[in-house]
Amino acid sequence: MDSGTAPVPIRIGSRHCAVALTDMRITFSGQDRDGFTAVDRVDLSVADGEFVAIVGPTGCGKSTLLNATAGLIAPSAGSVAIFGEPLVGLNRRAGYLFQAEALFPWKTALENVAIGPEVAGATAEEARGRARDWLARVGLTAFAARYPHQLSGGQRKRVGLAQVLIRDPKILLMDEPFGPLDAQTRQIMGNLLLDLWNADRKAVLFVTHDLEEAIALADRVVIMGAGPAARIIGAWRVDLPRPRDISEVRLDPAFHALHREIWSALRDEVIKGYRQTEGAA
Amino acid sequence: MKRARLLFFQILVAVVLIALWHVGSTVKVPAGFLSQKAFFFLDPFFFSTPFAVFERTWRDFATGVIWFHLGITLLETLLAFVIGAAGGVLIGFWFARQHVVAAVFDPYVKMANALPRVVLAPIFALWLGLGIWSKVALGVTLVFFIVFFNVYQGVKEVSPTVLANARMLGMSERQLMRHVYWPSALSWMFSSLHTAVGFALVGAVVGEYLGSAAGLGYRIHQAEGVFDVTGVFSGMLVLAIFVIIIDTCVTAIENRLMVWRPTSASSQT
Ligand SMILES: Nc1ncnc2c1ncn2[C@@H]1O[C@H](COP(=O)(O)OP(=O)(O)OP(=O)(O)O)[C@@H](O)[C@H]1O
Ligand SMILES: [Mg+2]
Repeated sequence: MDSGTAPVPIRIGSRHCAVALTDMRITFSGQDRDGFTAVDRVDLSVADGEFVAIVGPTGCGKSTLLNATAGLIAPSAGSVAIFGEPLVGLNRRAGYLFQAEALFPWKTALENVAIGPEVAGATAEEARGRARDWLARVGLTAFAARYPHQLSGGQRKRVGLAQVLIRDPKILLMDEPFGPLDAQTRQIMGNLLLDLWNADRKAVLFVTHDLEEAIALADRVVIMGAGPAARIIGAWRVDLPRPRDISEVRLDPAFHALHREIWSALRDEVIKGYRQTEGAA
Repeated sequence: MKRARLLFFQILVAVVLIALWHVGSTVKVPAGFLSQKAFFFLDPFFFSTPFAVFERTWRDFATGVIWFHLGITLLETLLAFVIGAAGGVLIGFWFARQHVVAAVFDPYVKMANALPRVVLAPIFALWLGLGIWSKVALGVTLVFFIVFFNVYQGVKEVSPTVLANARMLGMSERQLMRHVYWPSALSWMFSSLHTAVGFALVGAVVGEYLGSAAGLGYRIHQAEGVFDVTGVFSGMLVLAIFVIIIDTCVTAIENRLMVWRPTSASSQT
């Protein structure tokens, strides 16, 4: 690792880890002969019940990391272990909230949420009952009969959250879930997410490009460097008290100190990342 | 544009055209005006007149002769559509899921689709006789390819994110079929439904025209044989009414099944 100043990622005994990525590299075979290496030498672990946020410049490979954890793509080198077992095929214990639109456009909000239990073998009646319950938890009872195209971006994300959480996954992967939303909605959604997580603490890998959001939500913030062959350049533990309120925690002096510390490390990478994307465009 | 206004202009177009036809075919241009002899702009022998056509059509419906032929054509159209669509859906699904099969058959599918289907009509008449089945077969060859290509496309074009989501939600291959591929293919198929139904009718009418003893195509052919232009136009009029009714039914079915699809109408309101 050449950035000597950055702290080494905190490792927890991999036996207890919900997710353990070890020395992982992901290379896409593409137009180039050697392919394109998106991430390289990534070591990352998430303890059971831990909330980890990943922050990094655009194109650094955050989604790629989540895809590997979900088992949608296999690492070219290194390993992915889930609760101590090497991951083969899809990660059955993970729920994945995708960055792009992933709801079934031909199903209503209720049907979209009910599909998880239905697929798992619940009766239609039972699945609908539970789906209604989850729609109520994300505050969308009145929108149960709407199709995705009739919902706002934020409402669609909430349906997606309910769709994933109804299956009660042990690991929750979230890829910029509040990305396209305005600041106020982001705070509301963030608090909703924290409430749900407080009620049932799952291991969470939360990708965002908003450092403040990462600190406000997570137990640990992991910073990725600019790609290609991006690496994790640092990790910081967030020792702010829980339960938190997103808008209040931002007023905490400890929040500011941490933000300043991480930002000074991140800034150089962000500038590097922009320069590279500009050069490529 | 408001519905009423739109309808008004639509009807206006029909009225103007019919009026022109009426004037052209009934008002004689006096002799010595543009030529030596008096003449019609639209000679009624070749163009008939609107009233004659309407009157003939009315009489055909009132006396009931047309119902039998209409029924035959409707039956052929429906059979061609159902068989062609079912085949297109099945084969389309199969090809989209089996890349090897699709690759092997690809040149033959293209060849078969490029063939002008009219040349098949005599062959079908030879194989299947002059009854309804040779017409159904002709319609099937037209409908099949439209539905086939659309279903194939629909299965192929499922959003990769939606597919990944479905798999992460724990769907088996069969559940993917039911919850993802099928609805996607169906939406593509419906986008081609109007064309497919239209082609089913074309197959039936062309088949009848080329050799049969019943149906609207047969009626038109008969009228043509004796230079009965009024009969030909009357047949075309019945055909047009028939198409509009079928198309309205298709639209109604589409609106029922495709509620989830964003339409320009719903995004405006
Ligand atoms: N299927 C693929 N084939 C080739 N290259 C890919 C593929 N998927 C991603 N990449 C490349 O890998 C890099 C990382 O992509 P990724 O989607 O993980 O970025 P990201 O960090 O999620 O970015 P963003 O914040 O913009 O979502 C990018 O440079 C991208 O171009
Ligand atoms: Mg991404």
